Amino acid sequence: MAEGAGEEKKKFSIWDLPDVPVGQLPPHLELQRSRVSCNKDAPIHTESIQYSGAYASMGIDNSSRLDRFSNNFRVEVVRLNEDDMEFDMIGIDAAIANSFRRILIAELPTMAIEKVLIANNTSIIQDEVLAHRLGLVPIRVDPRLFDYLSENDQPNEKNTVVFKLHVQCKRGSPRITVKSDALKWLPNGSELVKETRNATSDSSSKPETYTYFGCSQETIPEFVKNPIIPKYPDIIIAKLGPGQEIELEAHAVKGIGKTHAKWSPVATAWYRMLPEVVLLEDIEDDLAEELKSKCPVNVFDIEDLGKGRRRATVARPRACTLCRECIRGDDWEKRVALRRVKDHFIFTIESTGALPPEVLFTEAVKILEDKCERVITELS
Amino acid sequence: MAFLEIGLKETIEHGSFTDNSPATFSLTDEDHTIANVVRFTLNQDPRVTFCGYSIPHPLEARVNIIVQTTGDPAREVLKDACQNLMLMCRHVRCTFDKAVEDFKASNVVKAMKIDSQDSSGDDSEESE
Repeated sequence: MAEGAGEEKKKFSIWDLPDVPVGQLPPHLELQRSRVSCNKDAPIHTESIQYSGAYASMGIDNSSRLDRFSNNFRVEVVRLNEDDMEFDMIGIDAAIANSFRRILIAELPTMAIEKVLIANNTSIIQDEVLAHRLGLVPIRVDPRLFDYLSENDQPNEKNTVVFKLHVQCKRGSPRITVKSDALKWLPNGSELVKETRNATSDSSSKPETYTYFGCSQETIPEFVKNPIIPKYPDIIIAKLGPGQEIELEAHAVKGIGKTHAKWSPVATAWYRMLPEVVLLEDIEDDLAEELKSKCPVNVFDIEDLGKGRRRATVARPRACTLCRECIRGDDWEKRVALRRVKDHFIFTIESTGALPPEVLFTEAVKILEDKCERVITELS
Repeated sequence: MAFLEIGLKETIEHGSFTDNSPATFSLTDEDHTIANVVRFTLNQDPRVTFCGYSIPHPLEARVNIIVQTTGDPAREVLKDACQNLMLMCRHVRCTFDKAVEDFKASNVVKAMKIDSQDSSGDDSEESE
């Protein structure tokens, strides 16, 4: 009897059903693939489905080939100032966005003070603390004009920038604050003379200093009208009481953020995915008022439907901070869905001043290209 | 004194001489920055059946990228993935530069419009 019933069962294909979309994923799978659902306790579907054959059984090709990427990728700049910028990248994956962020923070070179030659320091700030603070002062100079200084090189005009700091507080005068505008650029190199025990050295020849500048840095065209100065003139470096004096020379070299954070060209760089707020059912009247008042950043708005009825709408989803206030409480999870779009990144870059933020991003992309090239050449 | 340590960068391929479709590539002086992106691009290639990366020890800057393909040599597949990545980066750069230019141009236009509105307002007041 059971066998008879088994033979009569018809075989049918799921594609014959009328409402199954062909050539694209069904809506619940598309939601899983392209959105992070932020539930009350934790977000789900956070990993990006990268594998090219992930939906092979449905006949859908998940690989993002270069032509598809080129067609779908967009950049929209929201804000661009001298020091920071905010822009949207749409159609890119989290792995690439994260690489750009990591390179912006750790692998873009800048100039920062590395060696401090202290001739006199009678202030209460210790030598090493003073040197540390000087290293963290951002310098307004394009690092692309300089080379790296390695162990075997001598410091010359192509890889070092020299600053001088000489302040003293005279007896009887009030305390003074040493700010970063007290750092003076020395375009001709170091002025501190090295002690040489060479008795045969000519007294008429130039005394040997700690740098070997062939020509003055002022002659380089980029620096003719723009002297090299710290970006912000009001950074407090030290405070001096009466009778105290600081006399030092600081040498700035090129480095990357991986070695020390002083060489990071961004104050910080971060991204977030675009939030998406969806009302799963119509929210009217009192519930709508309650929803609007719950949100601390005013994502929701009330619209009038006429005859005294009001409805809630989502007005500013981009401002949502995902605080989840709107889904707290009974039943709210059924009415409001909080999601994030997995391939839409809102990037913010805050530069410390050496380079403008749009140049920083372009340089970061170039560095990623260089890394790929290095892998390719080593494999060939 | 900390100078920039440009260590000896090298890539070692651990594989077999007979079957070159699975292989492990060990890159020195690299970290998640390049490995995660390469892993993403490898996944997008339909010839790849399995790929992943690991960092054997956090204090040593070394990354192992493992690739298994459907028959093509793993080295070629990795090179193609890196090539694709470079093309993607170039495209990102072009699109970004164009977007920044457009933004700056539209801001200049907006500033000029505001200026011309102000000046035309002054003229009308003066004529009266």
